[in-house]
Amino acid sequence: MKLEYKVQGGDFVRAGQASSQVKKVLKRLNVPPAIIKRVVVALYEGEVNIVAHAFQGKIYVDIDADKIKVVLDDIGPGIPDIDLAMKPGFSTASNIVREMGFGAGMGLPNIKENTDKMKISSVIDVGTRLEFEVNLK
Amino acid sequence: MKLKELADLIEGSVVCCPDGLEQDVEYAFASDLMSDVLTVSKDRLVLITGLANMQAVRTAEMADILAVVFVRGKTISQDMIRLAEENGIVLIESPYTMFRASGVLYGKGLKPVY
Repeated sequence: MKLEYKVQGGDFVRAGQASSQVKKVLKRLNVPPAIIKRVVVALYEGEVNIVAHAFQGKIYVDIDADKIKVVLDDIGPGIPDIDLAMKPGFSTASNIVREMGFGAGMGLPNIKENTDKMKISSVIDVGTRLEFEVNLK
Repeated sequence: MKLKELADLIEGSVVCCPDGLEQDVEYAFASDLMSDVLTVSKDRLVLITGLANMQAVRTAEMADILAVVFVRGKTISQDMIRLAEENGIVLIESPYTMFRASGVLYGKGLKPVY
């Protein structure tokens, strides 16, 4: 099953809607709750990252019997130093993002923690692609 | 402890989903940082926060948190209530500070996460 969602940068009211939709689908597919939680926590962190840092983005979700593959593609400023961005506590988030309860520098490390495979690639002034996989069994 | 008892202990008013008050909670986590909340992997968890916005309720939805306590007279919007209703999340408003609410509940046996 393939799903696709658009994400608008700066729209903190709707941030999380795509993750919420995916959660409902996984529940309908009877995926165990502990695995659903890993997927949606990682996805929600990724979705919030697009809202917080990029102009716009797309989320592609591909679910098969064994695993869920997610690609989050954004058009935005890109990440200059991915190793630094992966460090817990490092964040370039604005005050508005912090007021929303994010920007603590825990997002990317938490995505890594909740997924079985994760890859980030980024081009400055073009955008960032985050890919991850979670095994469903 | 049951959520009903928890609400009574902190003079809380229940703004959403009174049907859920018979649920048992075992752990509490107090934070305004949703990224911190999303690192918690415990079940039967209540979130105590001063962050009254949609993302507090979204975070509860994603992390399977049973109830959110908003401390110190924060205003809960209609949008937040709608989202909580959709997901069966109990929302409680307490006049207490985060420190006091946490202290009272800790004293009554609610467990910390870390």
